[in-house]
Amino acid sequence: MKKVLILGLFIVAAIGIQAQGYQIGDKAKDFKLKNVDGKQISLADYKDAKGFIVIFTCNHCPYSVAYEDRILEIDKKYKEKGFPVIAINPNDPELYESDSFDNMIVRAKEKGFTFPYLMDETQDVFKRFGATKTPHVFILSNKSGEYTVEYIGAIDNNYKDASQVTSTYVEDAVDALLQNKKPETTSTKAIGCGIKTKG
Amino acid sequence: MKFKYQLLLLSLLIISIKSVSAQEIKSYNFNELEPIFHYQNDTTYVINFWAMWCKPCVEELPEFEDIRKDYTDKKVKVILISLDFGKNTEDRLLGFLKKKNINAEVVLLDDPDANSWIGKVDKNWDGALPATLIYKKGIRKVFTRQISYDELAGSIDKLNNQPN
Repeated sequence: MKKVLILGLFIVAAIGIQAQGYQIGDKAKDFKLKNVDGKQISLADYKDAKGFIVIFTCNHCPYSVAYEDRILEIDKKYKEKGFPVIAINPNDPELYESDSFDNMIVRAKEKGFTFPYLMDETQDVFKRFGATKTPHVFILSNKSGEYTVEYIGAIDNNYKDASQVTSTYVEDAVDALLQNKKPETTSTKAIGCGIKTKG
Repeated sequence: MKFKYQLLLLSLLIISIKSVSAQEIKSYNFNELEPIFHYQNDTTYVINFWAMWCKPCVEELPEFEDIRKDYTDKKVKVILISLDFGKNTEDRLLGFLKKKNINAEVVLLDDPDANSWIGKVDKNWDGALPATLIYKKGIRKVFTRQISYDELAGSIDKLNNQPN
């Protein structure tokens, strides 16, 4: 009986986790998180942005590291077109020391991040978004402070080798949005490191 | 003297055969690996996605090894799918498994177009590591987080008790 109850609780918890999080077309809520420069950053700070490329990423995960240079390229290309990258580290640094705020500052300097690298200290933001791993991308469009989820998933179709990429999901989605169209592909499944949380 | 020499040769042969059969890691793309997710025999398959750098994955590896040992006679097959990549992956894996004393079957999945295959493993998996699929014929259960021995054993027992 106890086993059944525990199993039941697991099922409820699993359903709860899956039901959470944004779907395509949902309105996303703004957040306020601490950047590696010490300042608090919100989407509302970017009055002229047409949208955002929100990327849950971190220091320790090899998939995230493999994508760092590509994330820099994406920011360089799309920031001036109105779609800046906003990187958020969702991990609990108690479970992964290399993802601590101090180590985020170090990594941002080493790689010369041109985008904010925010810490999801309370871990509320990644849960609200429904991010499950790093890297995990959410593209939002911005209509005067109303943020709509337009794409969820992977950056492209080759985590190992940027030169072998044949589908640039994020770039394609942003290109479509820049032409006031809906992205053709609105969701993909990204491989990644499960987000570290105590509960 | 001659006998000693032959004995030496024989033992060298035995050692080399043993070391080959002990652990060898093969690398596959998803299409090559896909049949292991759909066997229709009466074995329960416990398939874990992991990597050496993934802390929760490494923490749960001994649980899978214990399951493998404890269910040797119970038609249970444990397969550990490594998603490691980088230089000398096979050699690093062999060293790592030896150190951790893991003797379950390990294969490498080297297929960087992950979006093309994550959904084919199980519709409930979204690509976060670690992940574990337990199935027997058409009945499947997926855990998209770290898993304990008791959870593994509970799921396996349930499947093993299903009427064939």
